[in-house]
Amino acid sequence: MNAARQNRLNTVAAHGALILYTLIALFPVFVIVINSFKTRKAIFREPLALPSADSFSLIGYETVLKQGDFFLYFQNSMIVTVGSLFFILLFGAMAAFALAEYRFKGNMIMGLYLALGIMIPIRIGTVAILEMMVQTGLVNTLWALILVYTAQGLPLAVFILSEFMRQVSDDLKNAGRIDGLSEYRIFFRLVLPLVRPAMATVAVFNMIPIWNDLWFPLILAPAEEVKTLTLGSQVFIGQFVTDWNAVLSALSLAILPVMTLYVIFSRQLIRGITSGAVK
Amino acid sequence: MSDQPSRPKFRWHIVVFLAPAVLVYTAVMIYPLFNTLRLSLFTEIDQERVFVGLQNFQTLFGETVWSNQFWNALGNNFWFFIIHMLVQNPIGVALAAILSHPKLRFASFYRSAIFIPTILSFVIVGFAWKLILSPIWGIAPGMLDAIGLKSLYAPWLGKEAYALTTLSLVSVWQFVGIPMMLIYAALLSIPDEILEAAEVEGITGLSAFWKIKLPLILPSIGIISILTFVANFNAFDLIYAAQGALAGPDFSTDILGTFMYRTFFGFQLQLGDPHMGSTIASAMFAIILVGVCLYLFGIQSRMRRYQF
Repeated sequence: MNAARQNRLNTVAAHGALILYTLIALFPVFVIVINSFKTRKAIFREPLALPSADSFSLIGYETVLKQGDFFLYFQNSMIVTVGSLFFILLFGAMAAFALAEYRFKGNMIMGLYLALGIMIPIRIGTVAILEMMVQTGLVNTLWALILVYTAQGLPLAVFILSEFMRQVSDDLKNAGRIDGLSEYRIFFRLVLPLVRPAMATVAVFNMIPIWNDLWFPLILAPAEEVKTLTLGSQVFIGQFVTDWNAVLSALSLAILPVMTLYVIFSRQLIRGITSGAVK
Repeated sequence: MSDQPSRPKFRWHIVVFLAPAVLVYTAVMIYPLFNTLRLSLFTEIDQERVFVGLQNFQTLFGETVWSNQFWNALGNNFWFFIIHMLVQNPIGVALAAILSHPKLRFASFYRSAIFIPTILSFVIVGFAWKLILSPIWGIAPGMLDAIGLKSLYAPWLGKEAYALTTLSLVSVWQFVGIPMMLIYAALLSIPDEILEAAEVEGITGLSAFWKIKLPLILPSIGIISILTFVANFNAFDLIYAAQGALAGPDFSTDILGTFMYRTFFGFQLQLGDPHMGSTIASAMFAIILVGVCLYLFGIQSRMRRYQF
């Protein structure tokens, strides 16, 4: 009896703590989004109230969509993120397959060489990266960003994918070899479909940091026509500091795509982290 | 395999599989990294690149204009890191410990909700908190007023004494999801037999956490610490989004990332200098390398012994 009450108390305390922290985590997002739908007066008079019939206004969104080229920024971010993910997954899986499947001289060293980049941030090399991009004429193109993010994502991708590729059964691959499949076909037809869950994990891990990065767009591609959504909203908000409607709407618009991605991929992301893929 | 020649053929497919990844990684990451270290030994005189040895480092550490900024940024960076270690990681561990309770309902809802700030960009987080803490809008003072603590309010981001700590806490708010998830995963991987054996011995609840679970998740805490260290020592985005490249007020929120950016690109009155930028980048590289080595050789090798 006593133990049961103790247990219930513990449960209540646990839920209390979690609810409190959930509120802390969601409160700022909530405040920004509700106020983006209100008139300027209502934003200041009752910042915590939900938009009502007479305080409802879309003036902020109108300013944002008129002034900022958010569709272009969004498109740039999409191209950069999808392009980088494509190359990370393709090149990463190929290299992981070579390291996991074949025994050759230098296998270990190659693995260690590629793993170096897991711990060392690519930003340290920014000065030379910019110089290289200027020399090759890639500065202010989306290719510069795609190349940098590919290089940045490869080490962890190779590391995670080669762990998974070691688990693919040898019998299957040898059966393919006896049937006369080339090594390339074995990789693309037999192995790749089997490691698809691991590829999804790698994709989700890389997606959010690439989408959210501010440093490289700021340095490598600050021109108007190649701005990413993150940089675009940063610049836009900086210009409109005093227009609260516009700032709140721009923030809400910037939250929207990431939240959509998160709702779609959160199960994959959480499963990826908790399955110990990053141990 | 009768057509196999007696001498093993050179296996070209291995090269084909490895080449794209190794080429991109080497050309865009490793080569620029070393090139940046090399550039720190040069300077520009009359628009020509001249080798000057360690002179840039002498400037950085010897001339007070530079060394004051450097030590200020480094000190702030350490404070930034300490706050993360003292606030973010304990909260993360506590949340994970509560979440990992087997009979807890709605666990996946809490987990997803608490992770949301982590997926937002620094730009959103920086501005959102700037607005909320702003004295003009009055959300923060209003809320403190509601619980009778209005006297505690100050424009935290605008005061030199509080700005860095405030931004560190904002960053903690954003990233608490990562230690929470990693520790949660580690807690789930503890075999049930161990916990049951402890229960038979009468060790349950909090004491089970301190005596059994915590020692078993120490390796994960080690990994989180080094991830935090590396992330903090090349942080930039949050400070830039919230306070701009000058890391105000009066450089009180300047960290190595913003200091390097300002030096490299120039800002307002200061002209950009890629060579001094490389010098600061090299110093950052050295700091991160020391941290990673300390972890690999000092902490991780010792912790392995606790693993089963």
